[in-house]
Amino acid sequence: MNHLSVQFTSVSKRYPHFTLDDIDLELPTGSIMGFVGANGAGKSTTIRILMGLVHQDRGTVEVLGRSMPADQATAKRDIGFVSEDMRLYGTATLGWHMEFIRSIYPGWEQRYADKLLHRFDLKPEQKIKGLSHGQRVKAALLLALARRPRLLVLDEPTTGLDPVARREVLAELMAVLIDEQRTIFFSSQNTLDVEQICDQITFIDRGRIIDSANKEIFLDRWRRVRLMLPPDAILPRLPGIVEVGGSSRLPVLTINQFDPAMVAACQDAGAAVQAVDAMTLEEIFIANVQSRRESTESVVA
Amino acid sequence: MYLQIMEQVKQKVGVGDWPPGEEIPSIRAMAVALRVSVITVKRAYLELEREGVIVTQHGKGSIIAPDPGLAPRLYDRELEDHLEHAARIGNLLGLTEDDLADRLREVSARLNTDIPAKENA
Repeated sequence: MNHLSVQFTSVSKRYPHFTLDDIDLELPTGSIMGFVGANGAGKSTTIRILMGLVHQDRGTVEVLGRSMPADQATAKRDIGFVSEDMRLYGTATLGWHMEFIRSIYPGWEQRYADKLLHRFDLKPEQKIKGLSHGQRVKAALLLALARRPRLLVLDEPTTGLDPVARREVLAELMAVLIDEQRTIFFSSQNTLDVEQICDQITFIDRGRIIDSANKEIFLDRWRRVRLMLPPDAILPRLPGIVEVGGSSRLPVLTINQFDPAMVAACQDAGAAVQAVDAMTLEEIFIANVQSRRESTESVVA
Repeated sequence: MYLQIMEQVKQKVGVGDWPPGEEIPSIRAMAVALRVSVITVKRAYLELEREGVIVTQHGKGSIIAPDPGLAPRLYDRELEDHLEHAARIGNLLGLTEDDLADRLREVSARLNTDIPAKENA
């Protein structure tokens, strides 16, 4: 069995005002990837290509060992997809939708569906048009989860959910992963959700992947180092300094290739290291995007 | 986040919830229960193994290290960390060793009188 559930190799897609440029992406089976980017960064385009809904101009996409978009019909038997622009039938009930999905997908598990109904506090006799946003998201998720797909692809599943619903959804996603053969790919603007449940993190900005790594490596690489510099000392040259903030006497370095040996290097240069702080995923994302944008702008200028 | 998981496991060992030799949840089961990523729990278990708190047998899962001295040693290490921290702050404030010892005695005495008071209430 292939150990990668999703593999993008040099994938590009050009639109008049937006280009998805040379995307490489690998998602190991049994893990969750959080796909993080600002509005318009290219998250949805990437997901549509993954699902075969948009055809790439160049590059290859393999999903569950199937080539996309050519083998999408076969691949989709094992993919559960939930996105915001997916419409359920407003005048039909949730129960009707459940029957409908069950009639198509042999993997449907009624007991699991019933359990999810209870956990998500949904009723089969509810009509879709009477549901709140959060209930609709949970209903769509239920319809995807109860098929027991090998790959779940979720476009912003937690956006617009209240804290209780978010917690329920995240718990259900984690519960899927108890089975090592199942894989989840989800896009989000909420770095907190991603930081909590994801194993793999990919940042996308302006149509390019700017970083992709396993979360622990990711979080370990980034540090904020606060220094106190005596008047005659100069800032040591360190690899991976993304930003120098603070004042000239009290500089704050944001580093993306942190190594504990750097602390000694700073001290050797005459600087007193006041603190080495871990960063949240949100801080890392912002520092990452800002530094990339500034460096591309300086190249253009 | 992995540090919090390590702390939680150590606390369970410290208070005796998880005695030496006890089987602990698998990485995936723990991740699902805590709603945190598998990779974070994996990291926590690796570090706990390095510190000798747990033992992982390949294909069999993990157990608390079969060492009866483990719980007191964990507390001892925590005490050492706190004392070090206190000593460092004492230095910053320019306290002598005797001053620092007196302060510790005061705090200890206060706690000892507080606890019976609470029990009466």
